[in-house]
Amino acid sequence: MSEHGSKAATADAAHAGETRRDFIHIAAGVAAAGGVAMVAWPFVQQLGPAGDTKAASAAEVDLSKVPEGSEIRVGIGGLPFFVRHRTAAEIARAKADDTATMRDPATDESRLVKMADGSYNTAFLITSGTCTHLGCVPVGPAQGSVGEFGGWYCPCHGSHYDTSGRIRKGPAPKNLAIPEYAYISPTMIKISL
Amino acid sequence: MSGPSIYEPKTGFEKWLDTRLPIIRFGADLMDFPTPKNLNYWWTFGGILAVCLVVQIVTGIVLAMHYVATTQGAFASVERIMRDVDFGWLIRNIHANGASMFFLAVYIHMFRGLYYGSYKAPREVIWILGVVIYLLMMATAFMGYVLPWGQMSFHGSAVITNLIGAIPLVGDTVKTYLMGGPAIGDPTLNRFFSLHYLLPFVIAGIVVLHIWALHVPGNNNPTGVSVKDVKKDTLPFHPYYTVKDGFAILLFLLVFAYFVFFAPNALGHADNSIEANPLVTPAHIVPEWYLLPFYAILRAITFDVGPIEAKLLGVFAMFGSILILFVVPWLDTSKVRSMRYRPMAQQFFVLFVLAAVGLGFCGANDPDKLVFKWSDGLIVNYVDTNGAAKVSPKYAEYADATAFQASLPASAGASIAIQEDGFKWLWLSQILGAYYFLYFIVILPVLGIVEKPKVRPPSIADSVRGKKHGGSPASASPVGGAAPVAAE
Repeated sequence: MSEHGSKAATADAAHAGETRRDFIHIAAGVAAAGGVAMVAWPFVQQLGPAGDTKAASAAEVDLSKVPEGSEIRVGIGGLPFFVRHRTAAEIARAKADDTATMRDPATDESRLVKMADGSYNTAFLITSGTCTHLGCVPVGPAQGSVGEFGGWYCPCHGSHYDTSGRIRKGPAPKNLAIPEYAYISPTMIKISL
Repeated sequence: MSGPSIYEPKTGFEKWLDTRLPIIRFGADLMDFPTPKNLNYWWTFGGILAVCLVVQIVTGIVLAMHYVATTQGAFASVERIMRDVDFGWLIRNIHANGASMFFLAVYIHMFRGLYYGSYKAPREVIWILGVVIYLLMMATAFMGYVLPWGQMSFHGSAVITNLIGAIPLVGDTVKTYLMGGPAIGDPTLNRFFSLHYLLPFVIAGIVVLHIWALHVPGNNNPTGVSVKDVKKDTLPFHPYYTVKDGFAILLFLLVFAYFVFFAPNALGHADNSIEANPLVTPAHIVPEWYLLPFYAILRAITFDVGPIEAKLLGVFAMFGSILILFVVPWLDTSKVRSMRYRPMAQQFFVLFVLAAVGLGFCGANDPDKLVFKWSDGLIVNYVDTNGAAKVSPKYAEYADATAFQASLPASAGASIAIQEDGFKWLWLSQILGAYYFLYFIVILPVLGIVEKPKVRPPSIADSVRGKKHGGSPASASPVGGAAPVAAE
């Protein structure tokens, strides 16, 4: 056995506050912690969305199939989206309310996306279908209830959205979110998560 | 063997908890457990196996999050795990190779027990619980192999369920209840998935019993001599064996990692990368390597014995080869535990290991193929004038064979073929299978009576202090040292 291992040497080093054994303990502990972290990484990472799930996170929608005054609902990766073909009266009501007092102020135009030629297609409003309160899906014209402001009504806790998808009454804190989407052609949009 | 607890709760919380749930005391006592100071590296496989079980459970839980147990979706869901799930390839490769590593470790663990007589009194229950764990492992591995729904999965499970169908009287009923239908299908896959998830936890429960039973008499050791003086013969489990086991686990994980990262499919079969097709059986249907010796014993029985048909006899032989392990503690009549002091048993044991490994090779090979060839020649197949198929004698020269062929009329449709004669894998598996049973049924019982053991050290401490001084006159009696000591 080397000098370091002898009792006397260990006792001396112990007085000095550091021993070879302390070093081995710390080094082994650090190596073990590093190993655990590296093993934990893939086991946590696997919980995230898989490659095919991520790939299935966009959809194209043909606007010409949506009759005026009604909406269609598109599911992308299990999330609902509203594509609403607004009537002239609904558009006018949305614009008229631009200056009204709101919880989450926004103009109707700010909730639209420009087409390729730079103009707005005011007839079509595309919003998320998830109520900003606790995640229910609000009912709309097809379900026979549009709420007090003509847009949507959330049956869970009574949030009223107007024809621009803005929150006007009830507990929801924010307007219906506008998803990331683009006009591929004047009648075709692509919505991405 | 464990003495009085030396744990002393220090903080107020520890004192409070100790009088309510003494779990810290429990852990501390395990760590202080007096362990023979002469354990070699063969004794580290218990810890390695514990790691294997945890690895399989953790990776298995993750795989179950992504797996779909339907005949339509199973194969695709496994491919999705390999391609799309983040690190799914890693986790599945760990799980699939982990099964092989688990069996590798368990076989070494079992051979160690057989060599050092760890199954002998007072450790029979530890051994029996171990065999139960081993049986559960095989059942779990078998059902797990069905889940990816490849060709080997499907047809392998068909073979195994038909094995059970061979049991007289109840076989057919049991088989139908096992499959839940006329063939392996959705109901089978669902229940196999359910049981494959359940059984590892049953194994974990029995592992607890296994370790509990171990902590009553304490570890056996390479000398087989019982602990006589806890102070001189043993060391606390921690840090001495936590560190030794830990080092062995690291080495084992290196081998494990080699397979996972560099040869993930080396232990599998290419056929299992083809989705199950109930209408076509692959040309070579073999189980995973760890079941091959038993598969060889199953196929070795090609003869009827009295009224018992070969098929049923094969099934009995296969199950018997595993079940016989339960009675090994009573088959071995020797009073000496460790084969280190049994010169004859040592040699038979080496042959037994070779037979077991050899049976594995027999299981992997076609029984009618040759282990080695002693002659080959040419034969002529033809039809004689009565319309009966005939084979010519064997010719060493091509010219002779063609001459004979030319001598036949055209209507004989003569054709030349190569015929090889040699030692068939079937024969080897019959010889090795016979030795497997002889070892347990004849050799172990007889050796205990006829063999004269070598002198054993009087104590573990003496064996460690110096091998040259071992064998004082007091220890010369063949029974003294290793006799079960009730006092511990």
